[in-house]
Amino acid sequence: MAEIEGGGGGNKKGGKPHGKKLSTRVDFTPMVDLGFLLITFFMLTTSLNKPKTMELNMPVKGDEIDKTAVKVSQTVTVLLTGNNQILYYFSDPVTLDPMTPQITDYSAGGIRPMLLRENRKRVPKIDSIQVYKDLFRISKISESDMKANISRLKADPEGLIVIIKADDNAKFNNVVDILDEMLICNIGRYAIVDISEPEKELIKNSATLLEAATKNK
Amino acid sequence: MAKVKVPRKSTSVDMTAMTDVAFLLLTFFMLATQFKPDEPVQVLTPSSVAEIPLPDVDVMLITISNDNRVFFDLQGEHYKKTLLEKMSKKFNVTFTDDEKKKFSDMSSFGLPFAQLKQYINLSSEKRKELQSTGIPYDSLNNELSEWVWQSRLTNNGVRVAIKGDRDVSYPAIKQVINTLQQRDVNRFNFITSMEGAQ
Repeated sequence: MAEIEGGGGGNKKGGKPHGKKLSTRVDFTPMVDLGFLLITFFMLTTSLNKPKTMELNMPVKGDEIDKTAVKVSQTVTVLLTGNNQILYYFSDPVTLDPMTPQITDYSAGGIRPMLLRENRKRVPKIDSIQVYKDLFRISKISESDMKANISRLKADPEGLIVIIKADDNAKFNNVVDILDEMLICNIGRYAIVDISEPEKELIKNSATLLEAATKNK
Repeated sequence: MAKVKVPRKSTSVDMTAMTDVAFLLLTFFMLATQFKPDEPVQVLTPSSVAEIPLPDVDVMLITISNDNRVFFDLQGEHYKKTLLEKMSKKFNVTFTDDEKKKFSDMSSFGLPFAQLKQYINLSSEKRKELQSTGIPYDSLNNELSEWVWQSRLTNNGVRVAIKGDRDVSYPAIKQVINTLQQRDVNRFNFITSMEGAQ
């Protein structure tokens, strides 16, 4: 492999006399060294994985015309606060008053089961999203078909609407986590809204409960 | 007992196969990766399940470090040059062609506009040593807003990517988002890392 056949073969007899045949074998060790040196260099100076992004659409500011009224019974308000804790509440469909807030967190057993349950209650066919995804995986439907069906299901007018409000103690990580939950739970309609004074009060009033929840963990 | 004579064998190994492997890997790394842009701050992005890859071109990158400093970058050398020209008109600071060239080669920066000229003329080692104060983005002095606006005028199809550290407090994020919304940017991307990749 490494040796290159020196000179043309069968001119042993009768040919011109030539000098002693030298081995053409080359030592490849320095070349291997060089190769690995360059590999090391590339591994350290480059990034292999492209960063992923999460898209977020905010409503156009000051656009009063395009405000659609939604049923209070459809919404859940999620308050993000410090210590990686979440406070969420539904509103009473009759009196419109907020109901007793619940405390949870960002773990898989935290807010996710609640969101899934509430969304399924309102849109029972939301689970067919998984069916469409499976159909796409086994190439029964095209990607555009899958996407069209998923967005149709997500835009169901009866679906759960999540209002996300973060207070000053929340971290960026928390915001991304809750948006992640929206993706996981197939919630099509959600909005990040500024927190209001009564809600700040609510968090303040729940301070002891929040603290107790931290200790239980 | 007679000693068994073991014939001495050459210890030289054929390195060809190893060379092949080394260069194969080298080729792979050269093709599959891209150079890390040198960042002024280390930012630990939050993890998420999102799978949309960040586009390679036409990106305006706003980096927020964990101590709430804001850094700015616009991709494309040509765009960056035009951006600086527009900004210099706005702030009445003139830049030489050499400075414009240096600016277009720079990565993210985080300084008030008044200090930018000085920063451009530093060597890249000195730039790294310098502790950037971040671009002012509060309501009194919102230079970030100007950068965003002029970038949109420079490159019409620019997309906004926000790269925030996990520990950035929410008010800082809110302020940046408000700034963007004031400039009619209502759609943007948060840069995240893959779930479990950390």
